[in-house]
Amino acid sequence: MTKSQHRRGAESLPRVAGNGLIDRRVLLSQGTAIAGAIGVGAATGAAAEPLANDPWSLAPGITIPPYGQPSRFEGKTVRTLTNPKLEPRGSAARTPHHLLNGTITPNGLHFVIARGGFPDIDPDKHKLLIHGRVKQPMIFTVEALLRYPMTSRVTFLECGGNSAPLYAKDPIQANVQALHGLVSCAEWTGVRLSTLFEEVGIDPEAKWFLAEGADAPSMHRSIPVSKAMDDAMIVLYQNGERINPSNGYPMRLLLPGYEGNMNVKWLRRIKVVDGPIMAQNETMAYTILLPSGKAWQFFYPQEVKSFISHPSPGMTMKGPGFYEISGLSWSGNGRISKVEVSADGGKSWALAALQTPVLSKALTRFRMAWNWDGSAAILLSRATDEAGNVQPSRATFLAERGQPRASPPVTAFPMEHCNVISSWGVSAKGEVTNVYV
Amino acid sequence: MSTFETRALSVCIAVAVLALRTGAAVAADAPHFGQPISAADAAAWDISVGPDGAGLPPGSGTPAQGAVVYAEKCAACHGDKGEGKPNARLVGGQITGNGPVVKTVGSYWPYATTLFDFTRRAMPWTAPKSLTDNEVYAVTAYILRLNGIIGDNDVIDAKTLPQVKMPNRDGFIPLFPGKH
Repeated sequence: MTKSQHRRGAESLPRVAGNGLIDRRVLLSQGTAIAGAIGVGAATGAAAEPLANDPWSLAPGITIPPYGQPSRFEGKTVRTLTNPKLEPRGSAARTPHHLLNGTITPNGLHFVIARGGFPDIDPDKHKLLIHGRVKQPMIFTVEALLRYPMTSRVTFLECGGNSAPLYAKDPIQANVQALHGLVSCAEWTGVRLSTLFEEVGIDPEAKWFLAEGADAPSMHRSIPVSKAMDDAMIVLYQNGERINPSNGYPMRLLLPGYEGNMNVKWLRRIKVVDGPIMAQNETMAYTILLPSGKAWQFFYPQEVKSFISHPSPGMTMKGPGFYEISGLSWSGNGRISKVEVSADGGKSWALAALQTPVLSKALTRFRMAWNWDGSAAILLSRATDEAGNVQPSRATFLAERGQPRASPPVTAFPMEHCNVISSWGVSAKGEVTNVYV
Repeated sequence: MSTFETRALSVCIAVAVLALRTGAAVAADAPHFGQPISAADAAAWDISVGPDGAGLPPGSGTPAQGAVVYAEKCAACHGDKGEGKPNARLVGGQITGNGPVVKTVGSYWPYATTLFDFTRRAMPWTAPKSLTDNEVYAVTAYILRLNGIIGDNDVIDAKTLPQVKMPNRDGFIPLFPGKH
């Protein structure tokens, strides 16, 4: 195929929105069409280096280790830490979404927020106490919980403060790890909380319980009993192995779709109580101050959101041509029903392909084919969930929450539950930045 | 006893035995691996304090007593008078107006009981749960005093703490139940 035939082929693919977005069906069912039409480089080929055997093809490799680690060439695929020396304050570790693909977050890269480091818990000494408004207070050991019928579900966890940098007055120039790195997704396995509540004989009139960790600050939150009876779990496994220590080993509470902080790690106590306990983390923190001076409290589900991870700020495009735009979407209110992508700053939109299976309250990857013509572009993604909630524009969000007064450090949480549409500018040079539209 | 009564009784016994057996079968067929613990034994871990004061222990403290504890255990992180730095500011601040929002115990926290609860469970950061209940009451009193919420001679204890009306007590709109 000559270069001119190659270009004609690319142009023959169906355009579905401005600035070169290509019908998602080419990703779903016409892979050969892409290969044929867009091809891979010029068929004539410049003089290439002769193919040679590299050293690893000429000698035996390395002993397979008992526990495998990523390639030594992937050393940049790590979490960023806000408190690497464990000074007397909280710590956050953010997921490098710009370096990952798929939807499941490896355990060592799952985001963490901890108030006082993570506790080094001996599972044989750990106990879970359930008491309060129950017929019989009980202790559950780890060994005991491992005997219960288990259930698994894939679900995202997201800090209430994730994406808060997008509330800053001016666009903060940072990558998606800094902007959106406090969301991750794993397959969690454990025991339904309702099973244990039935065993201890929860007061049928009780409406609230509190969950508390075994960490140094004994982090605790109030949670509606209705959530316990719906889909709450006490989980012991994360992506098939026992929970990572920084994510709650030996057990954590899992409240699918709810604000991350409520999914109490290192869970050691559940007390069924008369009403919300008014913990520091549900009065001082995790409340949203509105322009009126009043603050929202008990804002539980993480609302519908998406962002484009490829390409994203900090990356540089490798010249005009075919790209797969891809990113992550999720909703604490159920499944993602659609994600739309724009390459012209929101003037026109096209439906992205959703990677199946699309699971409720789980990260869902979307993909969009794009032929970048090398001119400036603005990439957006807009998710809608099965309840009909649509991810808001920044302007819509600010109309309700109020105008930002400052651009705080990227690690600050100036506005929790921020789910505005992300906008990535692509310059003619191919540089990708965070912009507001 | 008539034949009818005898028969009725035996039916009752049969039903009762069946119910017992069914109950036993249900118990054995479901996992019941929790170990009963008395409410008294559970109390050792029960450190949560509700907004009505439920869970507050015996003891008391005054602002003057709290100033001593604060200087030794809290000031390094929260400033000599709660002005903050390197960590959270505890005193003053504002949440309305055109200036920056500064959430503190005085400007934002709706319940004084939360101050006791959080201090007892989580502070000081390097040695949480090391303060005595009297010390926690005293530090609570001192921080409330620094915010001008109580007087110099007020005593904070299980009875007085829940009665402290915080300035932002009515500043919150619960979204559950309701919107979510």
